[in-house]
Amino acid sequence: MKHLKQIFGGSLQQYTMGLALILLVVVFNLVSGGRMLTSSNFQNLISGNAYVLILAIGMVMVIVIGQIDLSVGSVAGFVGMVTALSIAQYGFPWWAGMLLGLVAGIVVGAWQGFWLAKIGIPGFITTLAGMMIFRGLVIWMSKSISVPVPKQFQFLGAGYLPEWGPAWTGMNNSTLLLGLIGAAWFVRSEMNRRRHLMERGQEVPLWASLVRIVLLVTVIGYVTYLFGSGRPGTSFPIPGVILVILVIIYHVLTHRTRFGRHIYAVGGNKAAAALSGVNTQRTYFLVMMNMSFLAAIAGILFIGRATAAGPSDGTMWELDAIAAVFIGGAAVSGGIGTVIGSIIGGLVMAVLNSGLMLMGVGADQTQVIKGLVLLAAVAFDVYNKQQGRSSIIGHLMRNFGSGGDNEAGSTTAGSITGQAELPSAGGPVVDAIDTMPEPAQR
Amino acid sequence: MTASHVLLEMRRITKEFPGVRALDEVTMQVRRGDIHAICGENGAGKSTLMKVLSGVYPHGTYEGQIMFEGSEMNFSTIKSSEEKGIVIIHQELALIPELSVAENIFLGSEIMRGRLIDWEASRLRAMDLLARVGLDIDPDTAIKSLGVGQQQLVEIAKALSKDVKLLILDEPTSALNEDDSANLLDLMRGLKAKGITCIMISHKLNEIAAVSDAVTVIRDGRTVETYEVVAGHVDEDRIIRAMVGRSIENRYPSREPHIGDELMEVRGWNVEHPSIPGRLIVNDAHFTLRRGEVVGFAGLMGAGRTELARSIFGRSYGTWLSGQLILDGEEIAPKNVEQAIAAGIAYVTEDRKTLGLNLIDSIKKTIVSANLRDIVTRGLLQPRKENKVAEKYRKELRIKAPSVDVGVSTLSGGNQQKVVLAKWMYPAPKVLILDEPTRGIDVGAKYEIYKLIHSLANDGKAVMVISSELPELLGICDRIYTICEGRITGELAASDADQETLMRRMTTTSATAPAAPALIA
Repeated sequence: MKHLKQIFGGSLQQYTMGLALILLVVVFNLVSGGRMLTSSNFQNLISGNAYVLILAIGMVMVIVIGQIDLSVGSVAGFVGMVTALSIAQYGFPWWAGMLLGLVAGIVVGAWQGFWLAKIGIPGFITTLAGMMIFRGLVIWMSKSISVPVPKQFQFLGAGYLPEWGPAWTGMNNSTLLLGLIGAAWFVRSEMNRRRHLMERGQEVPLWASLVRIVLLVTVIGYVTYLFGSGRPGTSFPIPGVILVILVIIYHVLTHRTRFGRHIYAVGGNKAAAALSGVNTQRTYFLVMMNMSFLAAIAGILFIGRATAAGPSDGTMWELDAIAAVFIGGAAVSGGIGTVIGSIIGGLVMAVLNSGLMLMGVGADQTQVIKGLVLLAAVAFDVYNKQQGRSSIIGHLMRNFGSGGDNEAGSTTAGSITGQAELPSAGGPVVDAIDTMPEPAQR
Repeated sequence: MTASHVLLEMRRITKEFPGVRALDEVTMQVRRGDIHAICGENGAGKSTLMKVLSGVYPHGTYEGQIMFEGSEMNFSTIKSSEEKGIVIIHQELALIPELSVAENIFLGSEIMRGRLIDWEASRLRAMDLLARVGLDIDPDTAIKSLGVGQQQLVEIAKALSKDVKLLILDEPTSALNEDDSANLLDLMRGLKAKGITCIMISHKLNEIAAVSDAVTVIRDGRTVETYEVVAGHVDEDRIIRAMVGRSIENRYPSREPHIGDELMEVRGWNVEHPSIPGRLIVNDAHFTLRRGEVVGFAGLMGAGRTELARSIFGRSYGTWLSGQLILDGEEIAPKNVEQAIAAGIAYVTEDRKTLGLNLIDSIKKTIVSANLRDIVTRGLLQPRKENKVAEKYRKELRIKAPSVDVGVSTLSGGNQQKVVLAKWMYPAPKVLILDEPTRGIDVGAKYEIYKLIHSLANDGKAVMVISSELPELLGICDRIYTICEGRITGELAASDADQETLMRRMTTTSATAPAAPALIA
């Protein structure tokens, strides 16, 4: 155990979810007789779920600010239809149609953000209305008929990277290149991390770093091989590439920018954030607008994969995205959740879907199992918090020193979740003082 | 006084919370038909005593006896005390805004016909009760459309519906304007004439002088004294002495002040209550802060201290009406917190947990949170700089934590407060407003915070300290302003001030003629 800790550093727990995902894949592979870990299955898994994972990126930000967006499926469908119609009926070039779709997404987001941030209608209501409005508009605009889209969209939604270079590598060289870049980046960031820790006076044995590097490079290498060695002409799918780029952008945005800090501040304690100079209205507005922008990207990828925009595109996507975010460790009360965690949560759902299908489990039973997994994941999280430990994925964000050996006061567990706090019966501080209500609440 | 004249007697009431003895053998008698005032500083134990009396803290959770109408009472719930005719009206009104006046009055004791509510009888009885409190409104009016003063009267009507013998009013006028307050005091006299006994908790000496027949002063959970009030005259000095009556020990660090020129000036500052139009929370405030000076603001809770501070801090409270803010010789008008911080003002809130901290953040994220710009290079936060800054403050302020990555929720109150202070020192403000900076922290940590306040002042900053603890203000400040009901009622050099003078000015709006309460109609 001590050695494990040295390998994974203080963030042992942040790998738990990732390890669970790998375990799930391995188990399904064994049970399905090797049909899980095949190139075509993984290529399908990524291009068939990229749109939900993209929605999860935006959704985790919405949930971190303490809101929810029920309209993303309808918005994705709406944008897909606007794009398809602008090309098919009004003769837009494909790129102009796509641009129009993205702009439509931003405008829709501004609309939702306006009602939430400026008027103060809770996000649940605002987006429930949005869900109806935009679904209605899709059906209205399309007259309930599917509209085909040009080939270029198929490239975005289901295409593959080009083939080039020598054939002796035995795999798609574009994928290989991506894998090498990924591995190199990881090695570099690991070296950086090590240097920073040493600078702060912490001891990091060299062998631990090496084991980490070897383990993760092996995983990256295997995944590269898996995606790159499929039938000729296939590679790591284009929607996957778009997803990876978005994940990197949004991971940096949420963790390394002022805006990102503001999101967590507003979600953790809105009043305190406002008194620290955070423009809470603006934060709400931008997060909602961003959500619809990402829904627009998801909608465009989907019509590419489906080769047409249909009136029921995007139905129930919001629920998949929300489930992914909560499996990924976000807190319903806001303030906690990460982009990476949500992607892992989304992948768990995707692997479950795919694995159960390979095992011949029907869609009905799959639904039941997915529901139970969602409950179990969140229950585990809640239980952990009540025990005074923070959530698995919460660690990703909070980056606590060493897994919970703080001089923890017993009073802290409740205040983190807000659940264990009892009414004031007998609380000395509350009752012994003749309290006046707080000015902010009066 | 003879036994038959005594309606209520509380004998040697002791109430303990874990680690705190809130009431220590409190004894008091209330005569039938009196208006009996209870005075004391914030936290003296007045509300706790009333909660014991009304059954909020059930029999068995305290020691001592409650004798009511000659027999011992063992209340287990509020309901059981109400059945005996003891009704408490809390500071925060307990009416439901969406329901009508009649529905609120009979909530929990609905007038029934069979298994259904008899609305007609309810309305008639409500009209009768409303007439008794002098309120001429339709019983079907929704509570939310009434003003606070009228709501207060509805509460009293509700109490009357329960055949009240002893009515307890906890700071009944704290949310009322002057007219409504006068009206309420009149009503209390009227109830008294009808034989209803009242206990009134109040900070306002002029109100006590106007209506009460007897006064009990409580300090630090003990009864200090009870005495009669003759013909509407109260010896205010005696009450004030009894309320504060403790000496300043050597709990404050010494300092050689180096006071410079004027740094900030506030002129003609008026702020309106955010939801009650016309109610001035800050009334024509004028004050100055000098470089290197620690300036105290003394006032009872609800006097408008916090509201004044927050309205200066980017208008983060209430509706700003008028006034000038001059900082470093230039007039500024920060309209939001961001601008206030940029102008060089910092505000440390009195309520650490709900307004000051994001409890799920780590120490380092909290420390940099008011000055993120400083750790941003080319749009990206620099974790190494963040660490460096946080470590620097951890060492300087001696924050006791294993590392700056630890969550703030795991820290003690004193260390949390140091983290919050670090957060506001980091933007390098010119003016620091500290609202109850030592609330809820132990004596040792207090001393460290006092030293920190002094060192901030010695660095040439102006420090404004708001506190309910008068000894604290006298111990650490150079100059003290007093606030009462939104007005600044006095300005004293700390060396000239004592607790009695401060308390007098904190409880009277007319500083020039303190012995003549202006409120009595």
